[in-house]
Amino acid sequence: MPSTRKVAVISLILTESALFSVFLVAYLFYMGKSLNRPFPSEVLTFPVFATVALLSSSVTIVFSEMALHRGNKGAFHLWWAVTIALGAYFLWFTGTEWHHLIFTDRLTLATNVFGTTFYSLVGLHASHVIIGLFLLTLILVLSLLGKFPADHTEHIEMISWYWHFVDAIWIIVVTVVYIISVRY
Amino acid sequence: MNPETLDDNFQIPAPERIGQERGSLTRIVQEMVFTVDHKTLGLMYIASGLLFFVVSGLMAAMIRIQLSVPRNHFLDPDVFNRLFTMHGTAMVFLVGMPIIFGFANYLVPLMIGARDMAFPRLNAFGFWVFFFSGLLLYFSYLGAPGLYAAGSAPDVGWFAYSPLTAKAFSRGHSTDYWTLSLLLGGIGSIATSINIIVTALCLRCKGMLLVRMPLFVWMFLVVAFLVIIAMPPLSACQIMLILDRYCGAHFFDTQAGGSAVLWQHFFWIFGHPEVYILILPGFAVASEVIPVFSRKPIFGYPVMVAASVMIGFISLGVWAHHMFTVGMTSIGNTFFAISTLLVAIPTGIKIFNWIGTMYGGKLRFELPMLFCLGFLFQFLIAGLTGVMLAIAPFDWQLSDSYFVVAHFHYVLIGGLLYTIFAGLYYWYPKALGKMPDFKLGLWHFILFTAGFHLTFFPQHLSGFLGMPRRIYTYDAGRGWDLWNLISSIGVIFQAVGILFFVFNLIYSYVKGKKAGDDPWDAWSLEWSTTSPPPAYNFETIPEVRSRRPLWDLKHPDDPDWKYE
Repeated sequence: MPSTRKVAVISLILTESALFSVFLVAYLFYMGKSLNRPFPSEVLTFPVFATVALLSSSVTIVFSEMALHRGNKGAFHLWWAVTIALGAYFLWFTGTEWHHLIFTDRLTLATNVFGTTFYSLVGLHASHVIIGLFLLTLILVLSLLGKFPADHTEHIEMISWYWHFVDAIWIIVVTVVYIISVRY
Repeated sequence: MNPETLDDNFQIPAPERIGQERGSLTRIVQEMVFTVDHKTLGLMYIASGLLFFVVSGLMAAMIRIQLSVPRNHFLDPDVFNRLFTMHGTAMVFLVGMPIIFGFANYLVPLMIGARDMAFPRLNAFGFWVFFFSGLLLYFSYLGAPGLYAAGSAPDVGWFAYSPLTAKAFSRGHSTDYWTLSLLLGGIGSIATSINIIVTALCLRCKGMLLVRMPLFVWMFLVVAFLVIIAMPPLSACQIMLILDRYCGAHFFDTQAGGSAVLWQHFFWIFGHPEVYILILPGFAVASEVIPVFSRKPIFGYPVMVAASVMIGFISLGVWAHHMFTVGMTSIGNTFFAISTLLVAIPTGIKIFNWIGTMYGGKLRFELPMLFCLGFLFQFLIAGLTGVMLAIAPFDWQLSDSYFVVAHFHYVLIGGLLYTIFAGLYYWYPKALGKMPDFKLGLWHFILFTAGFHLTFFPQHLSGFLGMPRRIYTYDAGRGWDLWNLISSIGVIFQAVGILFFVFNLIYSYVKGKKAGDDPWDAWSLEWSTTSPPPAYNFETIPEVRSRRPLWDLKHPDDPDWKYE
């Protein structure tokens, strides 16, 4: 019989994918339909460092899990902390980008349909990053305090699956928003 | 207590706390609030659903009183709008969903030989979130007036089209109560559905391959997948509506280049699978009841599984048949007409298989079977009117008329509610240990069926004659008067039928004949436990070798596994 945790996390990923799909479709539907500025081509720049950071965090979390399987708790904590740091950097970068968009470019949810769909889609993703960081930090703290049983490797794996899912969503979002829609 | 052993040191044992004796009211309430047991939660889901059913049914009765004669003054138009909105919303989200999850919760672990669902605490969470969402929706009557002293219960229809729901046109907080209640309820439904998927895929007992799983569990597996795929669009709708109403967003704001029709697309991408989510559990009950009361195994088990899965997939691609009249392209209309006609095929296959099960069988007309027979006949009619509506030009004439109202009440009442009644009478002895009274149930069946057809059949006719839905009154002399009057008279019969039903539930519990473990001579694993089952379900986890494990146990000389 398959593992209950794996099936549960796969189901969760399926349902979250459905949720993201709707906001993605809304973004695609409204591409080029804003009646007033600012338009995506004017204000969007590809977030290189944030993307590299988030995608690297998927690699570092794999390093962390490999260390755990080898029994190297120190390396496990180190790479896990690096993952959290990279995720936190991504959030910080998003925050500064949004600050610039809101106060300098004057783009808000209410400005036009680009603003509405941009902030809701990217914001939905960012909220999942926050949830993921919360879970990752919880694991780190519990493990450092020694409260994490050694045989709970599947719990760690499931949280890393969730993190990989958040990354995969970002790949789709960054392509649609920063590569495709900047032509409008 | 032996008098000889009593001495001065003897202490009468005190209960843990005052009022905590077994069976005391406070103890019962405490156990209900803290329980994570799937059987208790299942009964709580069903009881809550039935409670909301009575309240929402009374709302429908008020609607029918207002419409019984032309130019009636029983209800104001705003009150009428709130009533049909609350009636529809409550029936779908506070009656249909909880009752089907109640059935799933109670029966899925028992049928697969498990001790509980995969995640019992998540199960409890799902129930209480639903229950709170129901209270929240009805609280709108009191809480919604808000700052503008406008608003009461939501009055925007159960599918709340924009731009009516925009801040400018729906002042006060009535729409917000609708939005938040459904957002919460959706979270509960998704949680319960994940639980069902994991339980069915991971906790089956030894020997229960997927191809030996009861059809009841198969259909709920399909339902659960539909929920986790189709509920998020509804959640997305609610988030978008909140952003539009409070953060100045423009999702559905045409003045900013937005599209009000986008709401319809997103809503019906949820809304159509939702009705299959509601009816598939009805199919699940029928697939268990009809074989037992025909004394034959289900006809064509593999095809039944395949048809259910196909229904699940196709139902995700038919949503815009609710939007034939909004002005999509011809290609769009044609695509959805074809996909809607396609979904009727696996559904028809299932009807033939139920009939094939009965053919050549030894029919026993007990209460569950009576309601399943009603289901077959009425769901067939409903399906046929659905196929009629799938033809886009036909729908152009009848969209938003009483013909549509008749169609969906035939599916939901004639189809879903009848199988709910069948399931409640069928598993009543298992859950409560007493047999339901046949005579009371027969009165329920006869009166309710008469009332149901009296109310809803004429609505096909008033629909043909042009009567739109959601109007609070109408002029005399349009040819609608007679049909509306008959329709309203039917409510009396339905109401009395429901009274018999509720009385039966209570009377049989108090005075009914004690039921054994297996009163209907059935074949699935839940009938191997005591009635009611112990908290741990099975003393030892069973091992099965066929689709009908209890048949094998009762007929060791002629077991199913020789033939499967």
